[in-house]
Amino acid sequence: MSLKGFIDKNLSRWIQEQEGKTSEVVLSSRIRLARNLNDIPFPFLADSTDQSKVVELVRDAMEGQKDFSYLSRKNLSLEDRQALMEKHLISMQLVNDNKDSGLWLNKDESASIMVNEEDHIRIQVLLPGFELEEARKKADELDDALEQKLNYGFNEEKGYLTSCPTNVGTGLRASVMVHLPGLVLTKQINKVLTAVSQLGLAVRGIYGEGSEAAGNILQISNQITLGQREEEIIDNIKRVTKQIIDHEHNARKWLLNEKKIEIKDKVHRAYGVLSNAYTISSKEALELLSQVKLGIDLQLLDKESSQIFKELIVLIRPGYLQKLYGQKLSEKQRDIKRAEVIRERLRN
Amino acid sequence: MVCQECKKKQATVHFTKIINGEKIELKLCESCAEQRGDLDFDGQQPFSVHQLLAGLLDLEEMPNVKGQTTTSNAGICKNCGLTEMQFAKIGRLGCTQCYQTFGARLNPLLKRVQGRSSHNGKVPKRSGGDIKLKREIEKLRESLNRYVIEEKFEDAAVLRDKIKALESELTQGGGA
Ligand SMILES: [Zn+2]
Ligand SMILES: [Zn+2]
Repeated sequence: MSLKGFIDKNLSRWIQEQEGKTSEVVLSSRIRLARNLNDIPFPFLADSTDQSKVVELVRDAMEGQKDFSYLSRKNLSLEDRQALMEKHLISMQLVNDNKDSGLWLNKDESASIMVNEEDHIRIQVLLPGFELEEARKKADELDDALEQKLNYGFNEEKGYLTSCPTNVGTGLRASVMVHLPGLVLTKQINKVLTAVSQLGLAVRGIYGEGSEAAGNILQISNQITLGQREEEIIDNIKRVTKQIIDHEHNARKWLLNEKKIEIKDKVHRAYGVLSNAYTISSKEALELLSQVKLGIDLQLLDKESSQIFKELIVLIRPGYLQKLYGQKLSEKQRDIKRAEVIRERLRN
Repeated sequence: MVCQECKKKQATVHFTKIINGEKIELKLCESCAEQRGDLDFDGQQPFSVHQLLAGLLDLEEMPNVKGQTTTSNAGICKNCGLTEMQFAKIGRLGCTQCYQTFGARLNPLLKRVQGRSSHNGKVPKRSGGDIKLKREIEKLRESLNRYVIEEKFEDAAVLRDKIKALESELTQGGGA
């Protein structure tokens, strides 16, 4: 299969490009709802009988949801599971655990339900761009449909009961994945992150010391799940994210006005390395891809659509590379294949 | 610095998460960091969150669970078997019943990690109906008590019948 064919067949909805100015910064929006069944021990304590019972109960409750199909963990290879994780459809826990767990997934992979992860049920909706409300609406509908047939663990005082006390209450985790090269290049990122974390939101960086994130990608999510209404939680993230988008846009404007040559140089060098390298680590690839995306967003590089950035941040990860090449790859082999995929993708 | 995960290779990647201004740091080797899928879109809580929670449940404050014999099962969830000691160690509940069993231990923890401790959000539709009924019954009981104090026994009797009717509705509903 051609790389293009592979991409078309394998990538989920959130990786698609979204029109509009905010989507230059917000790559995707995610809503997750944690739910559990009454009286059955949570997955980490459940024996295999209980685990299977949960799988069956959810199966019954999912009857009629024609758009969804079930992927049982035991029928998935390690590479498949890793690839699902790299698309953000399942967690690391579901990759590694040895439980009767699985995933209900709809056709465009925008909605999913993890069964027997940390909680019995985790409903997730993942959309491209800044679409938290839309994502919540969908998650809510799925939740209502399941609840018609399942006895959720719920109590008036504590709300939805979850395995970890950090999720109890609404069971809602809302997050946005943001790309902030402007704030990183203008060295304002730490200030922004400190402010965000003081507002009861969590910021997750990837690799890098402190707040520096690989590929300048960060996730912002609510930390509090109890006491606030769902609308308040989402509103809070929306407000904060909007401000971050503004700061990012200002930083980019400043860079364009004051540092145009430097930025242009950076962007084109990054493109040059990516389209000519024969071996590349994921860290370096992510950094350079981030600069290329910035260049595309700022119209300093008209060769590409910024879509390639979202595709490649998934494609260059270990599980996906191994799926693409259909074999196990050592770290060194992956660096070589990664460079190959990037070269080919940039050429098309 | 050795990788905190595999404890073999050199740690080269520093992974940081900031929660409510508190920094959690992990030092991992390249392959463990990659394995952990730190690019993951909040796929999972980093394991340190549970350690952090467990840390908040101060073991010193615990009643002497260790020395206790099985004659007292106050510290064990009857439904899932999780003990108070385990709960304090792993910072997680074992089943929905645990919220009742460990309520006293849990509430201060919830205040610390969540800021507030009372749910204000969505109510599931089916069992939510029960909650509405329960709330109404509670209200009626309060009025009933008031009537009794005021010696308005006829009014009280009317309310008592109403409460009885609602209560049977509640049990017939089969919920909770
Ligand atoms: Zn390691
Ligand atoms: Zn329990």
